[in-house]
Amino acid sequence: MEAKNIPFNKFYKIFNILSLSLILISILLLIFKGLNFGVDFKGGTLIEVRSLDKTLNISDLRKSFNNLNLGDVKVKKFGKDNDYVVKFEKKQSAEENFIENIKIELKKDIGNIFEFRRVESVGPKVSSELLKSGIIAIALSLTAMLIYIWIRFEWQFSVGAIAALFHDVIITLGFFSFLSLEINLSIVAAVLTIVGYSMNDTVVIYDRVRENLNKFSDININEITNISINETLSRTIITSITTLLALISIFIFGGAILKGFSFAMILGVIVGTYSSIYIANPILVKLNVSQKTILKEDKEYN
Amino acid sequence: MLYFSKLKIISVLIFTLVISYLSISNFIKIDDDIFKRNINLGLDLQGGSYLLLEIDNSPVIEQELQNKLIQIKKLLKEKSIIYKNLSILDNKIIYFNVEGDYVDQIVLLFEGRKSLINPYYDQFKTNQFDFLVNNNRIELSYSKYGLVQLKSSSQNRAIEIVRRRVDEIGTNEPNILKRGSDRILVELPGLDNPDRIKTLLGKTANLSFRFVTQSESEAFGSEKLSFQDGSEEANISKRIILSGENLIDAQPRMDNQSNQTVVVFNLDRIGTKKFARATSNGVGKRLAIILDGKIISAPNINEPIIGGSGQIIGDLTFQEATDLALLLRSGALPAPMKIIEERSVGPDLGQDSINAGVLSLIIGFILVILFMLGKYKIFGLIANFALITNLLLLIGILTLFEATLTLPGIAGIILTVGMAVDANVLIYERIKEEIKNESNKILAFDSGYMKSRTTILDANITTLIATIILFILGSGPVKGFALTLGVGILTTLFSVYFIARLLTSIYVIKNKHKEKLI
Repeated sequence: MEAKNIPFNKFYKIFNILSLSLILISILLLIFKGLNFGVDFKGGTLIEVRSLDKTLNISDLRKSFNNLNLGDVKVKKFGKDNDYVVKFEKKQSAEENFIENIKIELKKDIGNIFEFRRVESVGPKVSSELLKSGIIAIALSLTAMLIYIWIRFEWQFSVGAIAALFHDVIITLGFFSFLSLEINLSIVAAVLTIVGYSMNDTVVIYDRVRENLNKFSDININEITNISINETLSRTIITSITTLLALISIFIFGGAILKGFSFAMILGVIVGTYSSIYIANPILVKLNVSQKTILKEDKEYN
Repeated sequence: MLYFSKLKIISVLIFTLVISYLSISNFIKIDDDIFKRNINLGLDLQGGSYLLLEIDNSPVIEQELQNKLIQIKKLLKEKSIIYKNLSILDNKIIYFNVEGDYVDQIVLLFEGRKSLINPYYDQFKTNQFDFLVNNNRIELSYSKYGLVQLKSSSQNRAIEIVRRRVDEIGTNEPNILKRGSDRILVELPGLDNPDRIKTLLGKTANLSFRFVTQSESEAFGSEKLSFQDGSEEANISKRIILSGENLIDAQPRMDNQSNQTVVVFNLDRIGTKKFARATSNGVGKRLAIILDGKIISAPNINEPIIGGSGQIIGDLTFQEATDLALLLRSGALPAPMKIIEERSVGPDLGQDSINAGVLSLIIGFILVILFMLGKYKIFGLIANFALITNLLLLIGILTLFEATLTLPGIAGIILTVGMAVDANVLIYERIKEEIKNESNKILAFDSGYMKSRTTILDANITTLIATIILFILGSGPVKGFALTLGVGILTTLFSVYFIARLLTSIYVIKNKHKEKLI
């Protein structure tokens, strides 16, 4: 890929409007529709059932589980044809051994034609603790990024980088709310990795912006950002491609458990790459960054 | 940046070879003693159960407050202090009223380093109980560290019992750890069906022998308890003849005469004496055997039992008898526990996850390698060689520390593969720019490496920060993801700056006169 000259800066406004509306929609979705928390964060029980007999179908399973008095039961297909995930609110502690009781009752009802492949049961105390530590982890990593970028760059740059991060996190979560995808522990891991990846992308462009600010004193910041985006563009694209290749491979071949995780990551890499161009840079323009901005800082250091 | 000293080359090679060897030893059985290390598979990959138990300390607190109350009663009597209303409020506070004249004396008894009734902890600089005088009312409640002390002692006793019970069942390499002040984590790798162990861990196993009584006016009081199968109730004296503490062994047996399964138990010396005395006086009465508030059986005493051993005949299957014997042998928990989190994965799902993880790793790896080869030709080859080394180093280092590999951990490795080429891409793209203004190829390569270095460090440090936070705050499988991604960043930097740079330097120096190098 030879050096390109795509006028990214011409579209700053349009894409800023797009981003702002996406963020607004995401926030509205998060407020009014909310997130679909899995058992990790809401408490309750998840059982992955494999049917060993073709005659057993999803409605049989739903009927049998509904007969067990477990509260609101959700049964969904999961991965392969004969695998199902059953979720309900009832938690472990109520009875000493309720999973075994469910197994016994099911055997009576539909016969011994199934196996439990996975059981996850989380009590209310643990789930609220997990939610709390998840939120703390995300908040803490955003803060750490802010501090790091503040030390390495001038404050205008940290504003831009953090705005890009918030943009990515909010829109990714907005997507999850819109599609009612389940939020579990691995999604928190995905969000944190997205934060790292998006930061990584932004830093590469910012480094170049700073370098070019030093090099050219007579070009305005709008042009400088455009030159920097173009100079780093092939790297941005190549790295996004290799990362996406790895992620798509997990999404397709990595099994049902990693589907949500890899989907969130794919989304995050796309949004993160976009934001490092169209959020991080316009903010430098808005904040009127110039050669003086860096020189002043350098003087202060000396 | 293209120059390497001989010593550096040799140490890089040795390091890479040793770690790669470790990594390969995971897949090929090599018989040697030095490298007897393997990556541990997490519960989600090898199958098994993760159980988080919480101790309910309120019965312990109740018991301890009750004991303290009796001690206080005794002390006040000894000192001839007149008191009123000595009692316990909300299972939290012991309070009583005294006449004003006694208050000073009470303060002396209950406060400070010398207090016997309210022990002083030197390491925490506080007493066991917070002590409050309000007019003539005295209040005692557990101090922060008094409660910490109580919880940690009950946790210590509980973990010991849990360990004994799990060991008795004989699963391979269980992991039993304290969590917080009142939790115990039990990890049972390779366990197919956790139901039995869950039942056993959920039982407090408080055993007592008490007489069945007809009269309601028993000196110690009596209570109605039901039989284990819920069929009937009996009136049981509150006087405990013998408790589980006096048991030294219990085994399930097949009784040849009655053809029933029984649990045979042996008592210690004190237990034998107590049992002999009680059964001598109680011939003709019914003696109830009670476990966790439920009657197992209540046989008639036909003759005194003086040998210190006996048998429990309930309506037991052999499995039930085995479990009962196990519970009796391992002792009672100090307090009831419940399972507040369970994650169990069957072994075949674990194997499926390994297969899926490895398949997606191989495919992701091939895709990235082909892409790099197409994009950068000979330098793509170098980057790919660095990538393979990177993967070997990553697995090797995880092996060296005998880390636990989880399914998200495998995802972390695949993601490392995708992101690792970034550093080489940054370098190559920079070199392409430099080469336009610099005719000396070696100088162009050199400054390409120089100028991209801060960017690469910045970019990797940000990801490293995210993974460190995730590793500290994340739990279970997610921790595994943070670990592989974090170690992956370090091995990436090594493979880019030592392996790829070394190969690049060899190639560039040999071909410096070539027209189009990159």
